[in-house]
Amino acid sequence: MSKSFAKKWPMQIALVVWAVLAACLPALAQQQAALATSSSSVHAIVAASTATNNAARSDAAAAQAAFNRAWTVFASPRCRNCHPSGDAPLQGEDGHVHIQDVKRGPDGKGVYGMKCSTCHQVANLPGANMPPGNPKWSLPPANMKMVIQGETAGEFCRQLKDPAKNGHRSLAQIIEHVSSDDLVGWGWNPGEGRTLPPLDRPEFVAAMKAWVDNGAACPQ
Amino acid sequence: MISFTVNGKPVTVEDPPSTPLLWVIRDSLNLTGTKYGCGMALCGACTVHIDGQAVRSCVAPVSRAEGKKVTTIEGISPDLTHPLQQAWIEIDVPQCGYCQSGQIMSAAVLLAENSTPSDEDIDEAMSGNICRCGTYPRIRRAIHRAAEISKQRGAK
Amino acid sequence: MSVATEMKRREFLKAGAALGGGLLISLYVPEFVPAARAADSAAKPVALNAFVRIGTDESVTVISNHSEMGQGIYTSLPMLLNEELEADWARVRVESSPVDAVYNHTVFGLMMTGGSTTTNSEYDRFRKMGAMARIMLIAAAAQSWNVDSQTCRAEKGFVIHTATGRRASYGSLAEAASRIAPPKDIPLKDPKDFTLVGKPVHRLDTPSKTNGTAQFGLDVYIPGMLTAVVARAPVFGGKVVSFNADQAKAIPGVVNVVQVPSGVAVIAKGFWPAKLGREKLEITWDDGPGAALSTVEMRANFSTLSKTPGLVARKVGDPAAALAGAAKTITAEYEVPYLAHCMMEPLNTVVDLHEDRCEIWTGTQFQTGDRAAAAKVAGLKPEQVTLHTTLLGGGFGRRANPSCDFVTEATEVAKAAKVPVKVVWTREDDIRGGWYRPMWYDHFAAGLDASGNPVAWTHTIVGQSIMAGTMFESYGIKNGIDSASVEGAADILYGIPNLQVDLHTPKNEVPVQWWRSVGHSHTGFSVEAFLDEVAHAGGKDPYELRRTLLAGQPRMLAVLDLAAQKANWGSALPAGRARGIATHFSFDSYVAQVAEISVEKDGTVRVHRVVAAVDCGRTVNPDTVKAQLEGGIIFGLTAALKTEITLDKGRVQQRNFNDYPMVRMFESPTIEVFIVPSTEHPTGVGEPGVPPVAPAVANAIFAATGKRVRRLPIKPEDLRSA
Repeated sequence: MSKSFAKKWPMQIALVVWAVLAACLPALAQQQAALATSSSSVHAIVAASTATNNAARSDAAAAQAAFNRAWTVFASPRCRNCHPSGDAPLQGEDGHVHIQDVKRGPDGKGVYGMKCSTCHQVANLPGANMPPGNPKWSLPPANMKMVIQGETAGEFCRQLKDPAKNGHRSLAQIIEHVSSDDLVGWGWNPGEGRTLPPLDRPEFVAAMKAWVDNGAACPQ
Repeated sequence: MISFTVNGKPVTVEDPPSTPLLWVIRDSLNLTGTKYGCGMALCGACTVHIDGQAVRSCVAPVSRAEGKKVTTIEGISPDLTHPLQQAWIEIDVPQCGYCQSGQIMSAAVLLAENSTPSDEDIDEAMSGNICRCGTYPRIRRAIHRAAEISKQRGAK
Repeated sequence: MSVATEMKRREFLKAGAALGGGLLISLYVPEFVPAARAADSAAKPVALNAFVRIGTDESVTVISNHSEMGQGIYTSLPMLLNEELEADWARVRVESSPVDAVYNHTVFGLMMTGGSTTTNSEYDRFRKMGAMARIMLIAAAAQSWNVDSQTCRAEKGFVIHTATGRRASYGSLAEAASRIAPPKDIPLKDPKDFTLVGKPVHRLDTPSKTNGTAQFGLDVYIPGMLTAVVARAPVFGGKVVSFNADQAKAIPGVVNVVQVPSGVAVIAKGFWPAKLGREKLEITWDDGPGAALSTVEMRANFSTLSKTPGLVARKVGDPAAALAGAAKTITAEYEVPYLAHCMMEPLNTVVDLHEDRCEIWTGTQFQTGDRAAAAKVAGLKPEQVTLHTTLLGGGFGRRANPSCDFVTEATEVAKAAKVPVKVVWTREDDIRGGWYRPMWYDHFAAGLDASGNPVAWTHTIVGQSIMAGTMFESYGIKNGIDSASVEGAADILYGIPNLQVDLHTPKNEVPVQWWRSVGHSHTGFSVEAFLDEVAHAGGKDPYELRRTLLAGQPRMLAVLDLAAQKANWGSALPAGRARGIATHFSFDSYVAQVAEISVEKDGTVRVHRVVAAVDCGRTVNPDTVKAQLEGGIIFGLTAALKTEITLDKGRVQQRNFNDYPMVRMFESPTIEVFIVPSTEHPTGVGEPGVPPVAPAVANAIFAATGKRVRRLPIKPEDLRSA
C-alpha cells in the first residue's frame, strides 16, 4: 500500500517527511522564544557556519565528531520516541511502546479513530504527562520511516543522507528545513514531566552545521 | 462565545475556550452520553466526532470545535438503527455500559474508513478505548457484524 | 379500599411466610415505590407486590433490589420473575428499588449487591414474586368471570379461561388483582417447564447503553446543582491543618470552598472549574503515621512474617511430620500487590439535602449502609433519606464500601455548602484513593512422595484484613481469621492428606476492600501456580496431577476435563506457544481455564487464547454467564500483566491509566467459555472467572520459557530473552 501511495503522492509525502524530520532537527522556529538561548545567538551560529561552508572544508573526523554530538539529541527520548523501528510510536523516558499501541498509518498521522489528532492538540496541554501537542504532530510516513530506535549514529547518519530515504533533500536543504519548522522546536518545549534533549537547540544546530561544513562524513 | 453544531443543532457556549469539550457537552449542553473516564485521553470514554474525525473530548479544548460539526453518541442515529447499534444489541456487547459510547464512536470512524475491517484493523482502531468489564471480544464480533449489516443494507 | 388509599396511608400489604429453603420472605408493598416513580400517571401502575408492578398500558415493571453494574442482573431478575408471571417479555422493563427492609439481601440482611450472590440468593424469591402476582391476576379474572381459578391459565400477559377461550389482559386485571389476598402457598414450575430461564435472552439494558440514554450517577443533573471535587489527604489518614482558598476562589465558576472531614471541597458551576480550583488550593496537611508507608518495606516485612507460623485457618493430618518424611520437598514464595478497582465511571454522588429530608442519587452496591451513613451525617433518620440507585459504571466491590466513604463525604459536602451538589472523583482520586485489594505475600512448602504425588502442603498467608474494624467484622472474622484472607486456600478442593493454612494479619493505614473475587484474586494465583510447581517437581503433567487430586470432586473434575478437552490440552502448538492450566472454586462455582501464550523477546507476554469451563449450577441467562466469564478473564489479565499500586513515603505512586494500565483490545485474547449443564441451585458468576487466569498464564509462561512467575504483575524484564 505504501508503495503505490508514494508513487501517487510523491510531493505530498516529501512534504510530510520534511515536516516530520523537522521534529528532530531543531532550528530556528519563532515560538522558541521560551528557550533559554536567544534566537540571535542561533542566527550567529547559522551565519558563522554558512561562512565556513563557503570555504568547502572537508574533515571527516571533525564531521563524525560533530554528528556524534548531534546524535545524542536524535537518540534522546524526545526525538527517538517518534522515530520507532516499528509502526507504533514510543513514550516516556524508557521508550515503551505507546500505551494505546497507536499505528503510524501511511501518512504518519495514525489510523481510523486513532489518529494523532484524536488526542494530540495543536499545543501541549497543561499538567504532567498530558498529551503533548503541535499542529503537525505525527510520525514519519510509512515509506520514509527515518528510524532512530535501535540505530547507531552511523546507521542513522547514512539514512539521513540517503536521498532515497530523506525525501531527496540536499544537506543544505536539511539544514535549511530544520531551521524553519515549528515541530522541531517541540523537542525543547515538550511539556511538563518530559526531559529535554542533552544539548540545547543552538548547540545542536551548531553540531549539525559543523557536520555539514566538515563534509558530512558519517560515523562508522 | 464559541459556536458549533452538535448533532446537527447549532449551539453557542460561553465556556472559556480552554475548557475541555467534554465538560461543555456534559455540563453546559447536558448531553450525558459522552463519558468522563480519565481526563488524559487514555481511556476513550469521551470520544466524539469533530467533522467526522474521532476526538477525545476530555483533552480537546472547546475552541477546537469552533465552526465545526460535533457528533456525540446521541447523534449517530435517531432510533438505534446505526449498524453498530444494531450489532451491539444483537451481540449484547455492553456490561456496565459506561465505556460503550466511546467504543461505538471509535468503531464508527473505523467503519467509515474501512468497510470490511480485519481483526488487526480492529486492534489498531480500538486500542484507545478501555473497557474495564472486558467486553473486547464482543466488541470485536460486533464490529464485524456491523460491517456485514452495512454491506447487506448497501446491497438492498 | 383502593390501592391509592393503601398507598396514602403507607400501609404495607404483608404476606409474610417462610417459603422454601428456610428463606423468610416478607412481602410488602411499600406505597412510595409506584407513586414516586410512575413515569406516566395515566398508565396507573399497580403494585402486586414489592417486586412487580403492572400498568393499565400492559407495562410490566420489575423492581430490582440489586444494583446493575454490568453483571446483567437487570435482565436475569426480570427473567426469573417473568418465568412465573407469564407476562409478555416484550413488555417487561426494570427499575431500581428504593431502600427498604423488604428489599434486603436474603442472606446478608441488608440491601447490598456483591459476593456474586444475586442470582443465587434471589433465584427463589423472584420466581415466587412472579408466581404470586400471576395467581392474583388469575384470581381476579376468575372472580370477574365467576369461574374457578383452576379452570384459568396465564399466557403471555393474558388470563385465559380455558373452556371458553375468554381472555383478559394483565393490564385490565391489575387493579382488581391488587385487592386479592396474596396467596400463602406459592407453587413454582418444574424447571423442565422453563421457557425463559436457562435460555439466552437479550439484555434489557443494551439499547440504552448504545445511544447514550443509560443513566449513570455521573449523568444525574438536578436543578440548582453545583459540582464539587475534593482535595483529599496525599497520605492515608492525613488531616487538613489549614488551607488557603483565595486563588481557588478566583477561578471563574468556583462558587465556594468548604472543609469537610476528608479534605477540602471546591464547589463550582461544573466539573472543570471545580477541578481547576482544586489545583489552586494551598493546603497544609498533617500526614500522620501513614507518611512512613513504603510497599518496598512492607514487602520485606511480609516476607519475614511469612516464614513464621500464623493463626491456623485449617489443618488436616500432620503436615509437619509429612513434610519431614517426604521424598522431596519444595518451597516457594508468592506475592501480589495492592490493586485499585478502576471502575470506568469514577465515583460520584449527588446529594440534595434539606432540613427534614435528603435525596441522594448514586451508583452504589450498598444502599442500606450508604443511606444510614448519609442520615447520620445529615442528622436525619434513615427513612428521611431517599436513595436512588442509578446504573453503575462498574462496581467490582468498590461501590460497596464498608465505611460508605463516597456517600458520607458527598453528604458532608452538601451539608457544608448548603446547596445541591454532585461530588465527582477524578481518575487520579480513584487510583490514589485507597480501598485497594490488599497486598498479599504467601509462603508455601510441599512434600512429595516417591511417586511424585503431594502428601503435605503448608501455606502461610500474610495480608491485611478487609473486614476488621468494619460492620462486617462479626460476619467475616472468626477466631482472628478473616475468611476473605484465606478463601481459596483453606478450602482447596485438592485431596492432599496433610495440609495446613495459616494467616498473619498485619495492620497499616492503607484502606483495603473487596475487589472482584476478593481473597480468591490472590489465592487463585498462588495456590494454582504453586501446584504447577508441585506437578513439575513430581514429574507430572499439571492437568493429570489435578485430575488425580480432584478424584473426590466430580463437579470440578468435569470442568477441568471440559476445559482441557476444548483447549486440546497436550496437542502440539506453533513454535513459541505454550499452554497453562488452572482451576479455582469460588463463590460456590467451579471454573477451569487453559491459557495459550507466547513470550516475545523483550519479555512481553501475549495471551492468545483462553478457554474456560464453568459449573455455576443452573444458569438463568447463559449468554450473561459467558459474558461474565469473558469479563472476569480480562479483568484478571489486567491484574496478571499490568497493574500494581505502590507507595513511597506514604504516597501512592500511580495516578491514571498511563501508569496503572488496563488490558486493551490489542492485548485481549480470544476467549471461549463452556458451561457445564447442571440442575444444581445457581451459584456465582460475576467473580469466579477472575482467579484462574493469572495462574493459567503464569503456568503457561513456565511451559514456554522455564521461568517461574511468582509475583504479579508479571514483568517483561523478568522474561526478556534478548
